[in-house]
Amino acid sequence: MHDLPQQLANGLILGAMYGLIAIGYTMVYGIVQLINFAHGEIFMIGGFGALTAWLLLPDGTSLLLALPLMLLMAMASSVLVGVGAERFAYRPLRGAPRLAPLITAIGLSIALQQAIWAFYPDATKARPFPRFSGGSIDVGPFSVQRGEIFLIIAAPVCMVALGLFVSKTRTGRAMQATSQDPDTAKLMGINTDRIIVTAFAIGAAFAAIASIAHGLKYGQVDFKMGFIAGLKAFTAAVLGGIGNIYGAMIGGLVLGLTEAMAIAYIENVPGMELFGGGAWKDVWAFVVLILVLLLRPQGLLGERVTDRA
Amino acid sequence: MRHRSLLVLTTAVTAGALTLSACGSRDDSGNGGGDGNTTVVIGVDAPLTGKLSALGQGIKNSAELAMKTANKNKEVEGVTFKMVALDDVSQPGTGQQNANKIIDNDDAIAGIGPLNSNVAPPMQKAFDNAGMALVSPANTAPELTQGKDWRTGDLKRPFDTYFRTSTTDAIQGPYAAQYMYEEKKLKKVFVIDDKKTYGAGLAGTFKEAFEKLGGEIVGTDHVNPDDTDFSAIATKVSNSDAEFVYYGGEYPAGAPLSDQIKKAGAKIPVVGGDALYSGEYIKLAKDNSEGDFASSVGAPLETLDTAKQFMKDYEAAGYDTPYEAYGGYSYDSAWAVIQAVKAVVEDNDGKLPEDMKEARAAVVKALQDVSFEGVSGKVAFDEYGDTTNKQLSLYEVKDGAHEPVATGEYKG
Repeated sequence: MHDLPQQLANGLILGAMYGLIAIGYTMVYGIVQLINFAHGEIFMIGGFGALTAWLLLPDGTSLLLALPLMLLMAMASSVLVGVGAERFAYRPLRGAPRLAPLITAIGLSIALQQAIWAFYPDATKARPFPRFSGGSIDVGPFSVQRGEIFLIIAAPVCMVALGLFVSKTRTGRAMQATSQDPDTAKLMGINTDRIIVTAFAIGAAFAAIASIAHGLKYGQVDFKMGFIAGLKAFTAAVLGGIGNIYGAMIGGLVLGLTEAMAIAYIENVPGMELFGGGAWKDVWAFVVLILVLLLRPQGLLGERVTDRA
Repeated sequence: MRHRSLLVLTTAVTAGALTLSACGSRDDSGNGGGDGNTTVVIGVDAPLTGKLSALGQGIKNSAELAMKTANKNKEVEGVTFKMVALDDVSQPGTGQQNANKIIDNDDAIAGIGPLNSNVAPPMQKAFDNAGMALVSPANTAPELTQGKDWRTGDLKRPFDTYFRTSTTDAIQGPYAAQYMYEEKKLKKVFVIDDKKTYGAGLAGTFKEAFEKLGGEIVGTDHVNPDDTDFSAIATKVSNSDAEFVYYGGEYPAGAPLSDQIKKAGAKIPVVGGDALYSGEYIKLAKDNSEGDFASSVGAPLETLDTAKQFMKDYEAAGYDTPYEAYGGYSYDSAWAVIQAVKAVVEDNDGKLPEDMKEARAAVVKALQDVSFEGVSGKVAFDEYGDTTNKQLSLYEVKDGAHEPVATGEYKG
């Protein structure tokens, strides 16, 4: 078990990325009760936005200097697609039966994937993403990769900023009100359409940050990367209690830790040799999800809500 | 609680979908025309898009080059070859659809492909039912030609219509095991595979041979071919006392795996099969691919006189993607079909049999007896449809390129 600290760090770092993406699922669900399955693709498009910024810069630019511009470009492309999806795909279906926007979201997800595949130069295969050179940095028992530092800083900063935004600002409080009761919120003079757009935009911006973290950590982006990442993040959102922003992050961390622990230790449990390792990590992740949903159907931090009429 | 149950339902569906990452797309393109009396189509199936497209495009271009060359030199009098290339995105289901598409084409005489060993079985079946030849330039899983009991020495050819120009994992894994154990003196290995037909098979033959030599397997693990995060496995590897890693799988997961193993602090080589022998592997793993090994079928093209003309022609044809690991074998596969057609035409008073069914069956028979000097060396098929050329090579990544370090035949 001497590698436990490192495996915990691996799990937390992976989980933080799931958590950042999960914010988008949870915010949108909390306000319009829509599972935005295209969110994984919004994440993927952020990665390609950042790559575009990097490719536009002259060769030899320092990655550290380029990072703010890449971040800006990633957020711009993700937010544009996220808000565009809301305006043109979901808003017309606002009053429609619940399944209609869900199917639309799945369709949109495939459309966005294929659009990048077809129109982004050379995107039919994985494109290399710039990365920091140099070895890992040892902090006590942990060794941290240079590409992961961005995520380690960005994830807590983003969470604190989002927490303050939701609880302290006018718009944030309007969001809470809309999520509790959109009709009453409207009566109180809140422009709920604007709030919904804001939720989509914030979710997309967080996905863009996650996409840069993904690119720096793994050194590549590809048109299908949103699929698996999106599913994992959605799982994280449900695990943490969908609709709750802190739940999304906690759910992500729990999921990441479960995967790392499953790979590292399950096979050491007597009698479980066959069920450990990378082959079974997704199974264990979903076992944890099912157990949590059985004991707390509302998720770890979710509130038990009665259905609105 | 209607919402809640919808949510749980969606979650369940998502869990299922995780294992089914299907995404279909097609790319039809046919060119290679010319003038002759009869035009016959050779169908090519390979992943033309998606993560393995670098290898797939090399296969398509090289097969097309063979057909263009045959048309230009009037290799078969009165017959013009035309390529129809279909994209299988490495999915067995799509491969099967493509097989049926090729079979339904009334001008099609034979098929080339696929790349992936797990795409082959449904295609083999479809081609066999139609009595039509399928020649793969890249499938290396032994059971495709030698039957499912090949491990016990009970060899039985499942499909008489299936041939391949590449050697099999039955010797590819052991070849790498022998080199690492005897030449590199590395005795402890961590074996990882991607659970696919090709990867798991390759890792299996490697493991068996390495243990037989006296080596020690200090750990095993498996990855999902679509994953990019291998940090937990990388930590496991770096905490084991492995002296190298053997990876049975393809470069899209192999490259980040190698990268993350090095980053986790284990400065040990990652060794794999022909599906790591791609320029994309080095592009994706960057500096961390230095010192990694990949075995590949056949002798390095650069060292073969027979391959010089091919490389020159390939460059002259101006393809925008390189021929990659299987280009030479793809050219040879197409050329084998062309030679078979030639033999059939010569036996039939200078023209193909009118009935396409008859012509297809005649080509299958003629393929069995084909023999010529190809790009990769002598091309001929044994009683299982395997190539008689058992050459293998091992490449090491040096200064950002695969350099051949050993080549030869594997002798148990």
